[in-house]
Amino acid sequence: MKFTKTLAAAAAMGLALAGSAYAQDPVKAGFIYIGPVGDLGWTYQHDQGRQALEAELGDAVETSFVESVPEGADAERVMSQMARSGVDIIFTTSFGYMDPTIAAAESFPEVKFEHATGYKRADNVSTYSARFYEGRYVIGEIAGAMTKTNKIGYIASFPIPEVVRGINSAYLAAKSVNPDVEFKVVWVYTWFDPGKEADAANALIEQGVDVIMQHTDSPAAMTIAEEKGVYAFGQATDMSNFGPHAQLTAIIDNWGPYYIERVKAVMDGTWESTDTWDGIGAGMVKFAPLSDQLPADVAERAKATIAAIAAGELHPFTGPINKQDGSPWLAEGEVADDGTLAGMNFYVEGIEGELPN
Amino acid sequence: MDFSSLSPVAMIVLLVGAATPILLAAIGELVVEKAGVLNLGVEGMMIIGAVCGFIVAVNTDSPMLGLLGAMVGGAVVSMLFAVLTQYLLSNQVATGLALTLFGLGIAALMGSSYNGIRPPRMVRLDVEGLSDLPVVGKLFFSHDPVIYLSLVLVFAVWYFLNRTRAGLVLRASGENHDAAHALGYNVQLIRFGAIMFGGACAGLGGAYVSLVRVPQWTEGMTAGVGWIALAIVVFAAWKPWRVVLGAYMFGGITILQLSLQALGISISGAYLSMTPYIVTIVVLVIMSADRKKASLNAPACLGTSFHASH
Repeated sequence: MKFTKTLAAAAAMGLALAGSAYAQDPVKAGFIYIGPVGDLGWTYQHDQGRQALEAELGDAVETSFVESVPEGADAERVMSQMARSGVDIIFTTSFGYMDPTIAAAESFPEVKFEHATGYKRADNVSTYSARFYEGRYVIGEIAGAMTKTNKIGYIASFPIPEVVRGINSAYLAAKSVNPDVEFKVVWVYTWFDPGKEADAANALIEQGVDVIMQHTDSPAAMTIAEEKGVYAFGQATDMSNFGPHAQLTAIIDNWGPYYIERVKAVMDGTWESTDTWDGIGAGMVKFAPLSDQLPADVAERAKATIAAIAAGELHPFTGPINKQDGSPWLAEGEVADDGTLAGMNFYVEGIEGELPN
Repeated sequence: MDFSSLSPVAMIVLLVGAATPILLAAIGELVVEKAGVLNLGVEGMMIIGAVCGFIVAVNTDSPMLGLLGAMVGGAVVSMLFAVLTQYLLSNQVATGLALTLFGLGIAALMGSSYNGIRPPRMVRLDVEGLSDLPVVGKLFFSHDPVIYLSLVLVFAVWYFLNRTRAGLVLRASGENHDAAHALGYNVQLIRFGAIMFGGACAGLGGAYVSLVRVPQWTEGMTAGVGWIALAIVVFAAWKPWRVVLGAYMFGGITILQLSLQALGISISGAYLSMTPYIVTIVVLVIMSADRKKASLNAPACLGTSFHASH
């Protein structure tokens, strides 16, 4: 045993002297997922990112993942286990992993942590997220133009800033093209429960909704939309398989480039705690092809909006915007700062119903 | 507040859809428990049923064969549990939990190439003339066949348990397996059969989710329905008709809270989401408060292994 170790060390040293770039052990990257990799939504896209990482870096990286990890105490246990197994960098990919990630990072200071969609950082904890609200602005605009009943349904998961921001952004966009538009928000209090998501979609359609948006992870609502002949948008991934007629487009989470960049940083030793929040411009938020059901003018406007947001010419939250209670939030021409957006806990003016807290 | 757009008929149709998977799994588990076996693997058997049903339905283009496939799938996987607990005398609780984990894993494996496929649609039962009747037509004559089947099944289970000799024998092996054995009945065989029946019912319930309620396959799509079914059996005090009540109540509250939200009524969604679980817990507490009554209802040998030593 000792002999082989010495041998390996000698071999490694020899390689290093020979100047080989890959003399060191592969970097180990671990991923913790909230749902199954087959959810065809949020977790599926993170796993696509993990696979992109493997494809790009080949033998220089070793990845592992644990799926369907509940948020809470269990998550910290899984992270600790992963850290103990010698993983160099751990990506924790759900908002609810925030506190467990911070706690695990304290116990394992030599391991780097990357927490998706959260706001708590430490020396060895970075945060990263995508500006999904930019994508939601685009689909909100399409929804506003496509609804005939002026009722848009929104299946929401939990009342956290990420979700509230998406609702506000989509509403502002829909309102900008259709002043009569009305949003019906249903909170299902789960990220993944196809049965419940389908029930919510049915309940909304029953109330006269003819365009459905979702902030939950399964394609259930898309399936129901297809069956009932209403429109919907794919969430996190292209769901057109489930709704060839229903899907108008989909917001696609493109995590691959970020994962590659961060793991490379670990290899180079340049990794440090950062906060990344990229959107359409940086390619973290992408779209599925626009449906050919869209009239030419709607499709053109959508493309123009995507281009304007990517170029930084259009910010979805540009004043004047009031909060739901009528109090002013942004003055004419004022643009929301990232701090307010990150902690958004209010509806904008015009959305009906109370925001649960 | 405009309640006029809240259609009770439409809600009931949704309610029945949400309740039927629970009902099917629960009525199967009821028979299993009546025979004295506690199978906590309902969730695992359901997900196996969901994936088997989906695969068969897609490949044969027949939802009916899919349902049959789901029942076979559920029954086969339950036989694992039956062999382990009845012949190898493993602990029922641990084996049931293992069955759930096993089922979730193997279902994900089996279904991995079926992501993104749409299954053939289940036809609704449309009775000429009757289905077009206002209110009544939609309420009673426009569901899919599984819903009628589930209610027939409940009646059949009630009749079997309470009106037939075979049902009496099954109950006997749940109440006192030594006595049943002494009378010459093969307790293990009876329990084996009950477990397979439970597996078939759970499989059918799972397939109802993947073929009717959300016609698609995604991993873990039963999302805890099996656990609810287990609770409903206790809630129902092991009485078939109360299983219907429990399942429909649970489905009803779920649908009601979603519909109220869609209507824009500002009751905190968090509380509404909790309601079905809270009601179930409260009823369980009330029932178990009367210890004598609770112990009268539960099969006396529930969860205990039987080994014929003589």
